[in-house]
Amino acid sequence: MANGSLLDEQAPPLPREITTQPRFSDRVFRLVITAGGFTSLLVLGLIAAFLAYRGLEVFRTFGYHFITNYKWDGGNPDAGVKPSLGIGAMLIGTIVISLVALAIALPVSVGASLFLTYYVPNFLRKPLTILVDLMAAIPSVVYGLWGFFVLMPHAVYWAKLLHKYLGWIPVFDVPLPIFERSPFIAGLVLAVMIIPIITAISREVFTQVPLDRVQAAYALGATRWSMIRAVVLPFGSSGIAGGAMLGLGRAMGETVAVYLVLNLAYKANFHILFSSGGSIASMIVNKFGEASPFELKGLMAAGLVLFAITLLVNYLANLIVRRTARTGR
Amino acid sequence: MAQILPLQIPVPTPKKPWKPAPIAMIPDLLILVGAFLVADATVALTGFKGKLAIFFLFALYSTLGSMALAFFRRGATAMSNAMATSMAYLSIALVALPLFSVLLTVVSRGRHALRLNTFTQDMAATQPDAPFSQGGALHAILGTTVLVILATVISVPIGVLTGLYLTEVKGRAETLIRFLVQAMSGVPSIVAGLFIYAVWITGGHGGFSGFSGAVALSILMLPTVARTAEEVLKLIPNDLREAGVALGGTQWRTVVMVVLPAARSGLITATVLGVARVAGETAPLLLTIFGTTAKHFNPFVGPMSALPLYIFQLLETGLNVAISRAWTGALVLLILVSVLFTLARFVGGRVKS
Amino acid sequence: MIRLFNENRYERDAVSTPPNEGEIVSSLASVANRLPRISNEVQASGADLEARGVHAWFGSRHVLADVNLSFPAGRVTALIGPSGCGKSTFLRTLNRMHEFVPSAAMAGEVLLDGVDIYKQGTDVTKIRLKIGMVFQKPNPFPSMTIGENVLSGLKLAQIKRSNKEDLMEECLTRAGLWNEVKDRLNSHGGSLSGGQQQRLCIARALAVAPEVLLMDEPCSSLDPGSTLRIEETIRQLSQSVIVVIVTHNMQQAARVSDYTGFFLTEGGPGRLIEYAPTREIFSRPKDERTEAYVTGRFG
Repeated sequence: MANGSLLDEQAPPLPREITTQPRFSDRVFRLVITAGGFTSLLVLGLIAAFLAYRGLEVFRTFGYHFITNYKWDGGNPDAGVKPSLGIGAMLIGTIVISLVALAIALPVSVGASLFLTYYVPNFLRKPLTILVDLMAAIPSVVYGLWGFFVLMPHAVYWAKLLHKYLGWIPVFDVPLPIFERSPFIAGLVLAVMIIPIITAISREVFTQVPLDRVQAAYALGATRWSMIRAVVLPFGSSGIAGGAMLGLGRAMGETVAVYLVLNLAYKANFHILFSSGGSIASMIVNKFGEASPFELKGLMAAGLVLFAITLLVNYLANLIVRRTARTGR
Repeated sequence: MAQILPLQIPVPTPKKPWKPAPIAMIPDLLILVGAFLVADATVALTGFKGKLAIFFLFALYSTLGSMALAFFRRGATAMSNAMATSMAYLSIALVALPLFSVLLTVVSRGRHALRLNTFTQDMAATQPDAPFSQGGALHAILGTTVLVILATVISVPIGVLTGLYLTEVKGRAETLIRFLVQAMSGVPSIVAGLFIYAVWITGGHGGFSGFSGAVALSILMLPTVARTAEEVLKLIPNDLREAGVALGGTQWRTVVMVVLPAARSGLITATVLGVARVAGETAPLLLTIFGTTAKHFNPFVGPMSALPLYIFQLLETGLNVAISRAWTGALVLLILVSVLFTLARFVGGRVKS
Repeated sequence: MIRLFNENRYERDAVSTPPNEGEIVSSLASVANRLPRISNEVQASGADLEARGVHAWFGSRHVLADVNLSFPAGRVTALIGPSGCGKSTFLRTLNRMHEFVPSAAMAGEVLLDGVDIYKQGTDVTKIRLKIGMVFQKPNPFPSMTIGENVLSGLKLAQIKRSNKEDLMEECLTRAGLWNEVKDRLNSHGGSLSGGQQQRLCIARALAVAPEVLLMDEPCSSLDPGSTLRIEETIRQLSQSVIVVIVTHNMQQAARVSDYTGFFLTEGGPGRLIEYAPTREIFSRPKDERTEAYVTGRFG
């Protein structure tokens, strides 16, 4: 390095390439594993392809009206009535009940995960965490059963209270005093189902909050709550957002529990306390039994739309969570 | 001037002076008792009714009470802190309440129709509203068993291979595949069912069958297995792999003889978690195995039943007796899932230690 | 023991220290001798911090035994000793940060202005407002700007205050950071260098007007230049607050402190072996273990 001027003339040495000639057995091995790895790619691709392929005729017939039309009318070939298929009401309904679920589940989950990280007595931390995990393992049909027979009577009572005192807010108004099987109740059941998901992810994020920042806040005379507000929530916000999106995706795709507690109606309803709502997944179960071949294609198309929405929501969730992991705050 | 300490001094007892003394807790306790009594009184005297009303009023009153106490003791900062503390306790109560409600209802309503014949008979010759001493869920239990075994056989090898790809091969598609596995775990179960229905059943491959249901379940189980397997394989220290290769082993011998055995119990956990995920699925089964009332073993031909489907279809009859049977089905299903869950915890716990 | 200590304090200060005759000729001692003794003239804050018979445990492990120390106003006290001798634990008992470890326990009293900070019913947040702390690693809040970081203590403790700008400038000036950051108070704390971040943390601790400032190896992760700046800052601060600094660096202790306590563990719990004016610790230690440590024979 002493005679730098000379060195400048010479080309810098090229890094030598290290090549390995894997043995035949290893090549077979890697091939098999790679094939296994690509299965998920294959399956996802096939799902999209087949649903699109089957639903193509429906998309071609109705165009974007398939999304915007509220009616689902299988038609009657004998009477010459043409079918008119649209999932507008179901799409709106899916979004409404998922948002109701998220609005209920998010504060409870964040509160519960804060409790599990910063408030819980030591001996209770592990059992409570296991219970929350167990909650995620309960089958959705059981939640549906419980939602219909146990939760509904209570929920109707609360819905009436909400309507009585907050009825002047448009979403809490009802056109008719029928409160059973409303989007509110479906949202409640879904909230119970997604709480463990959001809680688990938020708790995971909260345990990663750097201890030195927590201590710095306490050393400045912070109470537990002002510490959480200044340190934990800013650190965990995007993790919570990611967890919320995952919960939203789960709520949108949930079928049986919603089917049991929601009154499916093919019109847009934003009065969440009123007994009329929609859900693409439940509609598929509902219509599948007596569908004509053409309607069946419509259901495939509806499934494709649902698939696309949940993939989008999950993609956003992963994006948020991964960004959190990278920036570390 | 300088001080040199004697070496032997009596050691006092360790104390935790930051823990409030029992006597200092009396006001807090009084607030809780008071809030409960006032909540009771409110329910008795006003239009509110029910145990839940007591619960929520108690939460409200005790929050206000502890806030007032904190303000009186330490001022505004402590008051907002007390409110946050109450909210945290309320949140965990709101999580625990539905969970215990579900567990208790399933047990209390499920035990009515629980007989020995629940496990020994099917519903082929029994009407849903027949007395509980007739008929049972045997066909559904058998169906769930067959489905779960098939789904495991299909998805576990692929899931483990995917996990191995992500940890051992680390090919160019690593990021893509990790992302796809994540995306797949968000696929709605009904879409998986619809896919199999579109490809298999309407595609003219022989109508409803247990096998098509198992494939649908595999789609849902695969991401869980793959992700857990990746996590577990990542925990295997790199030294082990290097030791294997340094001894002259090929990569595949190293993986098969060193890595996989080391990760065995973790992979079992991955499998059990996957099984727990799909054992309770209903929606895809509606579109694939259709359901039946008779015992049916051959998964390749004809409709089958499964516990979630059994519950769902009894519920749809709307008959009281049938609904009791459905609760019993839910009890059996819940026990099954809890056993799997505990098993996963148990095996998973051993991995860490 | 403590009685004796307090009575002796004035006597001890009155004794003029003879020039270093060279029993132990070390550079440390000469550094300590060259320092001006500001602390004896200035008595800005009347506060007084005192530890009486402090013990500390983690679970069943006894880590600190019977420490009696008094930190009079306007003085910098350095706590030195090898790793694991309990000096950081002791520091953390002084503002009740010790109790964050679930298995922690303690015994004894810590008196701030004659009142035990561990007394039942004490509002611990008020204690920590009066006894500030600066940590080993700079830890500004990354979600806040430089200005917000300085005022974060006010926000955390919900203290209302007018003239926030003036306070911000005052604290940053006292921490020796004002000139470097005055044009970018709105950029994030993470954009500063390590040394600047640590001074920001000092400014943050000063903003709530503490009577005592505890520093747990504040320079251990910094470069020599930043270390010097912070030492200057500490000398300045000693006029208005009690400073207690834990350090591994004996030169640093010699440079910044008026008094030095030497901690050591010999298998069992850590103990305070010797406490004396800094120059005596470094020139004529009474205890042979202290001598061995300050002359670098172990530790």
